[in-house]
Amino acid sequence: MTTYHFTVNGSPTEVDVPGMRRLLDVLREDLALTGTKEGCGEGECGACTVLLDGAPVDSCLVPICQVRGADIRTVEGLAAPASDLGDPAALDPLQVAFLLTGGAQCGICTPGMLLAARAYLDAGGGPDEDGIREAIAGNLCRCTGYTKIVDAIALVARASR
Amino acid sequence: MGLEPQVASPRSLAEAYGVLAAAPADAPARPIAGGTDLMVALTGELGEPLASVVDLWAIDGLRGIAVDGAALHLGALTTYTQIRQSTLCREHAPALVQAAATIGAVQIQNRGTLGGNIANASPAGDTLPALLAADARFVLGSVRGEREVAAADFWIGYRRTALAHDELITRVIIPLVSGREIRYRKVGTRRAQSISKVVIAVAWRAGTGAWRDVRVAFGSVAATPIRAARTEAVLEGSPPTPEVADRAAQSLADELSPIDDVRSTAGYRRVVAARILHRIVREAGGW
Repeated sequence: MTTYHFTVNGSPTEVDVPGMRRLLDVLREDLALTGTKEGCGEGECGACTVLLDGAPVDSCLVPICQVRGADIRTVEGLAAPASDLGDPAALDPLQVAFLLTGGAQCGICTPGMLLAARAYLDAGGGPDEDGIREAIAGNLCRCTGYTKIVDAIALVARASR
Repeated sequence: MGLEPQVASPRSLAEAYGVLAAAPADAPARPIAGGTDLMVALTGELGEPLASVVDLWAIDGLRGIAVDGAALHLGALTTYTQIRQSTLCREHAPALVQAAATIGAVQIQNRGTLGGNIANASPAGDTLPALLAADARFVLGSVRGEREVAAADFWIGYRRTALAHDELITRVIIPLVSGREIRYRKVGTRRAQSISKVVIAVAWRAGTGAWRDVRVAFGSVAATPIRAARTEAVLEGSPPTPEVADRAAQSLADELSPIDDVRSTAGYRRVVAARILHRIVREAGGW
């Protein structure tokens, strides 16, 4: 066991785990952040996508020893939290757009899709379909046929221009 | 998952060499770079589970892209994303940039490394034909010092390499050759997230019409990435005419002996490889 320090959704975090433990397992089992899903466990499906220092990665392929000092963002960190004064949580515009267009169905791919899309938009990605489809090419969806997901991301890309 | 490999996390190359040298030859420590291949083996469902690993990720001496003298140098930990974004790579190694863009998708490209692709030694490794066609050399380091091995001498059998158990790939050197043209094509089931059925990279210098220094390199058609020497000989010294293209494609179909496997058939691979080569020659000839 080794102690690893990093931040998750802005909060300094420390875990005491074996170095080859998958970031996915640390998030879900040690930190109880079950928004990140496991699909294939071998880097094919993108369901476990999180942002590592802003870049989308498959958390099933990242050992925790390589997360030392890094900044991790999961789907739980997308919405602004509810305030102490009773204001409800403010969803990320991407989450709103997925709801509007019907971009989420069974939901397994959704957290990974949202984070891949967030990284694309944060890097200045536009509403063109080719750009969006390349950005989410590593995220498989078995329900939607992708069209509504592409629509959702394009909606946010257009609104933020 | 019950299996907990020992992890060493060296901060320097010298420290990493020491860890590798200290491990017994019959139970070597396994280097891990971006993990996109190795992490899949973690469960032990594919081959032997890992007993001990050396995490290279923190060794900044293995990073960086530079042009030095007559060659492009890439640190072994250079990721596919870094290759795609590098203006030096786009200028001097366009086929490698194309190869990097075909690997997985953004999640894999952000972690997977050039050195990892080379050391993993899959016959389907997407960058490997591009490296073969460009006469790349690999710098291998250990406690004993450094040595260079040509790409053509590196993959010595199915998933076997010229690396000793205590050696690491530290750098990839791609010589800059004036007037060299290089073309790259990958055929997979779909554009992203697919393992190739056939990968081809072709390089040549076209001086006064005839092709010189022809390299025809393939992935996914043999136990290792290979060059098609007889087909290279057909093209060497010839201009890219329809007759030469026909002869080269026929030679290639005779020379390759791919296998049937889960991703494709031998027949498909042979036909497609020959057709792609024919098209590359045709496009170069402008007819």
